[in-house]
Amino acid sequence: MSFKNIRREDASRAVIVHGILLTYTLVALYPIFLVVINAFKTRKAIFRDPMGFPNAETFSLEGFTKVLAKSNFEVFFYNSFTVTVITIAIVLLLAAMAAWALSEYKFPGNTVLALYLAIGIMVPIRLGSVSILNLIVDLGLINTLTALVLVYVAQGLPLAIFILTEFMHQIPKDLKEAARCDGVGEFKIFFAVILPLIRPAVATVAVFTMIPIWNDLWFPLILAPGDGKQTITLGVQQFIGQYVTDWNAVLASLSLAIIPILILYLIFSRQLIRGLTSGAVK
Amino acid sequence: MADLKLDQIHKSYGAVDVLHGIDLDVKDGEFVVFVGPSGCGKSTLLRIIAGLEDITSGDLMIDGDLVNTKSPRDRGIAMVFQSYALYPHMTVYKNMAFGLKLDKQDKAAIDARVREAARILQLDQLLDRRPSELSGGQRQRVAIGRAIVRQPKVFLFDEPLSNLDAALRVQTRLEIAKLHQELKSTIVYVTHDQVEAMTLADKIVVMNGGNVEQVGSPMQLYHHPQTRFVAGFIGSPAMNFTNVRIDKVEPGKVTVSIPGGTPSVLPFDVDQNELGKQVELGIRPEHLSLGDGGELTVHGEVDVVEKLGDSTYLYLKLANGDHVTVRAPGHSRVKIGETVTASASAGAAHLFNGNGKAFAKVDCPAEYSADE
Ligand SMILES: Nc1ncnc2c1ncn2[C@@H]1O[C@H](COP(=O)(O)OP(=O)(O)OP(=O)(O)O)[C@@H](O)[C@H]1O
Ligand SMILES: [Mg+2]
Repeated sequence: MSFKNIRREDASRAVIVHGILLTYTLVALYPIFLVVINAFKTRKAIFRDPMGFPNAETFSLEGFTKVLAKSNFEVFFYNSFTVTVITIAIVLLLAAMAAWALSEYKFPGNTVLALYLAIGIMVPIRLGSVSILNLIVDLGLINTLTALVLVYVAQGLPLAIFILTEFMHQIPKDLKEAARCDGVGEFKIFFAVILPLIRPAVATVAVFTMIPIWNDLWFPLILAPGDGKQTITLGVQQFIGQYVTDWNAVLASLSLAIIPILILYLIFSRQLIRGLTSGAVK
Repeated sequence: MADLKLDQIHKSYGAVDVLHGIDLDVKDGEFVVFVGPSGCGKSTLLRIIAGLEDITSGDLMIDGDLVNTKSPRDRGIAMVFQSYALYPHMTVYKNMAFGLKLDKQDKAAIDARVREAARILQLDQLLDRRPSELSGGQRQRVAIGRAIVRQPKVFLFDEPLSNLDAALRVQTRLEIAKLHQELKSTIVYVTHDQVEAMTLADKIVVMNGGNVEQVGSPMQLYHHPQTRFVAGFIGSPAMNFTNVRIDKVEPGKVTVSIPGGTPSVLPFDVDQNELGKQVELGIRPEHLSLGDGGELTVHGEVDVVEKLGDSTYLYLKLANGDHVTVRAPGHSRVKIGETVTASASAGAAHLFNGNGKAFAKVDCPAEYSADE
């Protein structure tokens, strides 16, 4: 086989792979695209021509004005944002520290503990909804954002620990030992050497943790449905009725809801790309 | 700066014994090199000194203090790793200053120390770079710099040059030698490169299978190896060995017959009951020369000829199948297939009993002795 043929085969392979990925991207993005374009149309236009772009005739901001004027949108927004950010912070800190302990220190029960934490990935937390609700009621935390944060931290930790442990294993042993010989304490090694090195992994975990929380309807509905504590996904439900749904308002609030999570994603994804360990050893 | 004392150090990983009771004294300011084949426990011993591995039993003293249970930071050591182990997200300057920051020393003092180390190692221009922007040799110098700034009692090096190419290795070796003269610090250095060991060490510790085979100056090990293992390990190309029979034992003299050679009288103190036994005779290639000018002669057919320019190595096959390497002058014209005679002075010979222990040589001529 000539060199040229290999090149051609590679090229056609690349075309196929990219074709598949592109199709998938389109399929995934199209609903979001529809939500956004329809948010800017009149109610009639939404039903008459759901696929069409808004034009001079059909353009309308009626959904946005309704959402911003008639509901506590800022409050929903604030609630979702607070819950998500606090949860991410707690999950990342606890998971990173647990992962460090599991990967670095040999103690009795190490493997069992790691396994126990991994099981959390496989058991859906919603199975425990009833007991969680009872617990939250007993703690007097019903209708608070704290309740949501606690539940989400529990939900996010197992996967976060699992992923971070794998990454910590990959940090060269020499690096930690060099730090120990340098007289650096274990906490400082963790915060000043290990965490900066696994930043890409931390960012990955942040994204994995953040999206299900932002999109969750279930726990806000059962734990914090009260006025002033609703999150965006729950807040939007007020526009969805049994008989009439205010599509303008629903689509507008969904469009708005995309923005903060998009910003968070952009912040974290910049970290994803970096391979930081280059130059550490050899 | 300090002395170091190892007393019956044992190390096992579970059921596997890795070190079997190591005794060693390192004096203040001494440059000690551990050599030995791969897996003999050199790194393990070094890591025990550093405090990165627990001691199974035995005592380790640094500067007169028992440090068995002390953490690396409390032992006053600094270690340079084979892989350099630089912090990739920090600049060269920060890499060197990182360990110091924590001692809460004032900034100016830290800065002065880092700049001094950078000057010694010619890193001045590179202080703002990250490790990924440095060459292998520069990274190694940063790793050494990171050790220097800590002003440790003992420097530990684990094969620091083995990732460098040959030319850089020679250069860095010289720099380390200079550094030792300048700092006058106690250094423990692990390598499996015997040239490094010979050139750098005040004292070489030859290890084999978790035991110390012999401790001595480079010249002592070269001229007076106490075991066959040390004799074969030190020197390049390796010493030639062949089995010989002891024919006659007299006080201070022993007669052996070499296969394919003539019976020779060698200056060794050998017990009468060794008479008739098989022992091993060792001669270094550089002590053999073509012709029959010496008391010890061998004949053999030339198998391989290696020309190095300044010298030529001839690989002879003896009558009993053993191979002998001879270092001939560079202008030697010997060809493959020729049968040649090579000889050495009796004083150059080494003799080892069945257990690999060396027999004592008597009246060792000056050129084959480590005595100054
Ligand atoms: N964590 C461990 N568990 C079990 N055995 C180990 C462990 N670490 C090292 N060993 C064993 O201890 C022995 C000595 O290892 P060590 O790393 O000290 O060798 P070395 O002399 O430094 O070799 P090299 O020249 O290849 O670096 C080896 O046989 C190795 O298999
Ligand atoms: Mg080693």
